[in-house]
Amino acid sequence: MKGQSSVPQAGIESTLGDARLQLAIYTATGRLIDHRKKAVSEEALPDYQELRRIAHELKRHTIENLDYYLAQVERKVAERGGKVVYCEDGAEVSRFVLELARARGERLVVKSKSMTTEEIHLNEALESGQVEAVETDLGEYLLQLAHERPYHIVAPALHKTRYDVADILTGSLGVERETEPEKQTKIARGVLREKFLEAGIGITGANFVVAGSGAVVVVENEGNARLSSSAPRIHIAVAGIEKLIPRARDLAVFLKLLGRSATGQALSVYTSFLAGARREGEADGPEEFYLVLLDNGRSKLLADRDKRESLYCIRCGACLNHCPVYRKIGGHNYPWIYSGPIGAIITPQFHGVEQDPWLPFASSLCGACAEVCPVKIDIPKVLLKLRAEVTASGARGGTERRVFRVWAWVMAHPWWYGVLGKMAAALSPRPAGGGWVNKLPGWMAVGPLGSWLKERDLPPPAEQSFRSQWERRRRGA
Amino acid sequence: MREGARERILGRVRTALGRMPGEGAPEPPAYELVVRGPGPGPERVRLFVERFEALAGKAHMVGSAAEAGAKAREIVAGRSVVAVEHEVVRAAGVMEWDGDVRHGFATGEELRRACAECAVGITSTSYALADTGTLVAMAGPGEPRLASLLPPVHIALVPEAVILAGIEELLLRVPEPDEGTSSMVFITGPSRTADIEQILVRGVHGPGEIHAIVIV
Ligand code: SF4
Repeated sequence: MKGQSSVPQAGIESTLGDARLQLAIYTATGRLIDHRKKAVSEEALPDYQELRRIAHELKRHTIENLDYYLAQVERKVAERGGKVVYCEDGAEVSRFVLELARARGERLVVKSKSMTTEEIHLNEALESGQVEAVETDLGEYLLQLAHERPYHIVAPALHKTRYDVADILTGSLGVERETEPEKQTKIARGVLREKFLEAGIGITGANFVVAGSGAVVVVENEGNARLSSSAPRIHIAVAGIEKLIPRARDLAVFLKLLGRSATGQALSVYTSFLAGARREGEADGPEEFYLVLLDNGRSKLLADRDKRESLYCIRCGACLNHCPVYRKIGGHNYPWIYSGPIGAIITPQFHGVEQDPWLPFASSLCGACAEVCPVKIDIPKVLLKLRAEVTASGARGGTERRVFRVWAWVMAHPWWYGVLGKMAAALSPRPAGGGWVNKLPGWMAVGPLGSWLKERDLPPPAEQSFRSQWERRRRGA
Repeated sequence: MREGARERILGRVRTALGRMPGEGAPEPPAYELVVRGPGPGPERVRLFVERFEALAGKAHMVGSAAEAGAKAREIVAGRSVVAVEHEVVRAAGVMEWDGDVRHGFATGEELRRACAECAVGITSTSYALADTGTLVAMAGPGEPRLASLLPPVHIALVPEAVILAGIEELLLRVPEPDEGTSSMVFITGPSRTADIEQILVRGVHGPGEIHAIVIV
């Protein structure tokens, strides 16, 4: 995705103006909020806060010693008959997959949902190398057919209605139009089942990489990740280098938090712990296993001690659901595939703050994200740091800075403050009957103030300023 | 090219963290895995059944392996079956049923085809977790990965002794799952999706119907 130096006004306005879409985002996120709330309640999970604290500590420990754990996982995966492949960026990942496919004579790849592979546009790269890559998560499959990117980390096709889905399926597969989700799912199942059995390579993401076990952990509800990792001859797991956790026992902490925070499930339907290729005596499973560890900007981010915690994210999506901005503007108005609060803090760090300087400001700093984050990332703090960086880089217009400089001067000079206050009170429109301002006189309704008031109203200022009222009282008037 | 990538990435990670090549790491933060809920016995079985059914699984309680076989046969109702080579499944007599019961495959390809074609997969389970209603399938000679995945209906025979309190007890018992298997899967309810309008649909890619026959 190309960055935008200013707010994507048109996209946001069209999202805000689309009543159906607004309702879809609102209900879907609302439902996820409710489910999470029940699942982490005192009754359901009494040690929730303690688990969050431990999860944060575990992530911090792993990230602070990341080189150690990377070396460990590399060794362990090799012991389990697999191979770790380091990749700098998306181009290296696709080159690796294409070379392997060519060497083994494979032409079809089945993929299960993975934000990391979305991040590097793996599908497109494979297609251009003459290898067919099929998304197998239902939502992702529909989006692949529609050529769109995910709308939400956890619920990728949140913005599609069943009628959209009917159009997509008839348009791309030529099947009869079907508007029942149950039947639509069956159609997709049939098509994808064939692909699973035919494909030579399965690519999955990894929710966690267990350094001490040389294993990847993949969490899902549909069974497509199980199929992708079990049916084809070759399994490739693609994970960012930050996905490591020390030991298998730490899953007791992370799995308890992930499903609950994401969808309110105590455990998702399938959690696969996959350590290497099929062993001697096992009846099935892949003959070859590769773990691709991707940097793609992560090591750069690691260098910043203040914002390093952004790498603790386990991609549960809770911060999106609870974000008043995400809930209005939806997923596609964010410049990158990671949307919502987590997108707002990692996109500028991956792409540089100059790329989308507006993004760290697209937040009311209400703090809901930090409150629900299962690994306790202080998202508002990181946003503030990023805002400071944007301002220092000069990527945002100087108007704001000038306004605040004037404001600071006025605040420091009480006599001027008093005079200006009186002037503002005298000049302000004062509707008859004490109603709201409604409309500013034309000369005031310009620039940011004008657009701010387009959607909002103000009560008229009091006849007398607070300071003069206070003065009068003091004199006993 | 990729060899270079390894060195470059590890180099940058070390520089970023101010660490030396080959430097060790302190122990990870300490915390206890606390096993909660009822100990072994009828209470625990009841909890497992309750949680398993809350997720739309169907649980059945029987008193012996033979009864488990009879129950399974009733559920199968004449459909085609792929059965795994596991002592519990064998003891239930599944292999002796007449009709289309496939087992004992000479090649992986045969097993795969059977799993893809049959209506019902009958397996045992390595462990079960009471507090989440979860089956734990560890791949091994008697536990292929695909038998609990490809057929639309999955029946698991669950001896009471394998039911643990929860994930904590499992990880205390099996702290290194990778030592015994290449694949440990937690199965918590039937395959499902809510990707279209958040409407729940079961049986997307995995089984839409799942039974646990608990042998007490
Ligand atoms: S930042 Fe926290 S809440 Fe948001 S997706 Fe990541 S882990 Fe979940």
